Amino acid sequence: MRNEPILTVTAPAFTLPDANVDTDQIIPARFLTTTERGALGGACFHDWRFHGDGSKKDHRLNDIPHGEVRILVAGHNFGCGSSREHAPWALKDFGFRAVVTTRAADIFRSNALKNGLVICEIDEASHAALMDRDGLEMTIDVAAGQIIAGNITARFVLDRFARTCLIEGVDPMGYILAQGEAIARFEADRAA
Amino acid sequence: MPSPSRTLFDKVWDAHVVTPEREDAPALIYVDLHLIHEVTSPQAFAELDARSLSVRRPDLTYATLDHSTPTTPRAAGARPVYASAAARHQVETMEANCRRHAIRLAGWDSADRGIVHVIGPELGLTQPGQTIVCGDSHTSTHGAFGALAFGIGTTEVGHVLATQCLLQRKPKTMRVHVDGELRVGVGAKDLIVAIIAELGAGGAAGHVIEYAGPAIEALSMEERMTVCNMSIEAGARAGMIAPDETTFRYLQGRAHAPKGAAFEAAKARWAQLRSDAGAVFDAEVRLDASRLAPMITWGDSPDMAAPVDSSPPAPSTARMTEALAYMGFKPGEALMGEKIDAVFIGSCTNARLSDLREAASVMAGRCVKPGVRMLVVPGSEAVKRAAEAEGLDAIFRTAGAEWREPGCSMCIAMNGDSGRPGELIVSTSNRNFAGRQGQGVRTVLASPATAAASAVAGAIADPRRILEASHAQ
Ligand code: SF4
Repeated sequence: MRNEPILTVTAPAFTLPDANVDTDQIIPARFLTTTERGALGGACFHDWRFHGDGSKKDHRLNDIPHGEVRILVAGHNFGCGSSREHAPWALKDFGFRAVVTTRAADIFRSNALKNGLVICEIDEASHAALMDRDGLEMTIDVAAGQIIAGNITARFVLDRFARTCLIEGVDPMGYILAQGEAIARFEADRAA
Repeated sequence: MPSPSRTLFDKVWDAHVVTPEREDAPALIYVDLHLIHEVTSPQAFAELDARSLSVRRPDLTYATLDHSTPTTPRAAGARPVYASAAARHQVETMEANCRRHAIRLAGWDSADRGIVHVIGPELGLTQPGQTIVCGDSHTSTHGAFGALAFGIGTTEVGHVLATQCLLQRKPKTMRVHVDGELRVGVGAKDLIVAIIAELGAGGAAGHVIEYAGPAIEALSMEERMTVCNMSIEAGARAGMIAPDETTFRYLQGRAHAPKGAAFEAAKARWAQLRSDAGAVFDAEVRLDASRLAPMITWGDSPDMAAPVDSSPPAPSTARMTEALAYMGFKPGEALMGEKIDAVFIGSCTNARLSDLREAASVMAGRCVKPGVRMLVVPGSEAVKRAAEAEGLDAIFRTAGAEWREPGCSMCIAMNGDSGRPGELIVSTSNRNFAGRQGQGVRTVLASPATAAASAVAGAIADPRRILEASHAQ
């Protein structure tokens, strides 16, 4: 999928302090029978937000007006578990544009960045300070690797390639396809 | 240049670099085997269509149906009854995509169908030294053969379909060295759950684990797969075990494994796939297998685990307090004897023939406690046939368990097999996340022996008493 370039994200913080939030929490497996992208916002954190009978639970996630944009400040090892790319799809459809954490799980980070969901991994002290300030307006400068929120400034390092993809809207599929000759050479060498 | 002393991982990685890693771009890595299933592939095929791209190497791609598929018994030739129209549509989309792109599919009428990570090895598709990917985190299972195997997202499934390549940064390496010998009643599942408890849910993040040492070398291929399968539960990118005679014996004669002289030549190549004596790992962990007991989980993350004959620890974080509250367990109170509602024997962790034998050896001549539901779901059609040939299905049925068709079933509970809110289920699968087996369901991860012993007791139980008695005979 070709993404729009993302230079900055400005939105209020939404804090979820739990560590090890797995992708089954972000989107329960029973919503994975879809064959399309999009329209997964309703499934995002579904079982935290709704009872089995469909009625709303008393959860802060339910206080965010439908589709309003937020930056998710999440706990350590966010997005662990299943590799489902439906997790970043659901977070984006719900209105999240970035996740700020101490560390995101490997496959989740990779999936998120490919879908224009910015992942900012920051130091524990700044993270703890941000976690205390739910609703605080923050700005993420993707190119500079910097978060500014009130009097808090935190730095994050994005993989150089992932950053280029985000800020220039580079399409990884196109990038790999452009290396067709090297791939063909590799295949020929092995066959020899 | 590769350094003179390399790890097993380095050797497999180096052999698959199409273009090397640079600071501003990841390496381009060639993929030898791409496994696909119905849940994480439809949007990737749609992306190919949108760009008018074709599948570069359908011959290196292999598809199966496992996640959304019903496991309810059906007469030969009868149409499957899906849990939802969406599940049916997902399966039909997979069938259509495979037809259109000439991809081999182990479909409904195939004797080869089963859980993706069970059939790859079974068919001999999985081989030492390969790079293997699948839109599924438990792809790490295939590392048991000395392959570099890991899960990818749907966008990457599209990349591999179109180019047979993936953009990857080189991960770090960790060696988990296991000394000693597993005792009776303590299996590969207990070993890997103990390792995860030791490392923590994110403890191996960014690393590829190599499992080594006498206790690992003593494991069968099935047991090695159980170990590598759950590497992701410690956050690892992949798990690997150096191939040896056990590996070669397993592969010989498998449908897609090399034959005759080609097999001998492959064996000579595969034998080189081990970490050199001086190879340096980014992290090292040591464990003693002989000190381990059967393990079960007490919380809602796989690293929240303890010996079956112990009790949950006193919570030191809010997260632990929440997990205990969700499970309804109390610190200091014995886990054994806790009443259960259901038992699930299945999944790519523990639904191979050896797992079913282990469970059956506990069940033989015993009954599932009245009021407890027990589902036994073989990992593949081949496992099902083999189990039936030796009468394991009869043991389970006689005991009062349900004998099902192969599939992921209650491991992920998206095919209609799920628990009810509040139920406590002892499960041989790999994830005890809240709601994994149905909204509000509480999952206790355990070995097939522990799960079977618990089914008999109607409560969490230690399998050692039963197994030690039969072992002594
Ligand atoms: S059995 Fe469970 S873990 Fe394995 S592939 Fe199926 S859903 Fe995933």
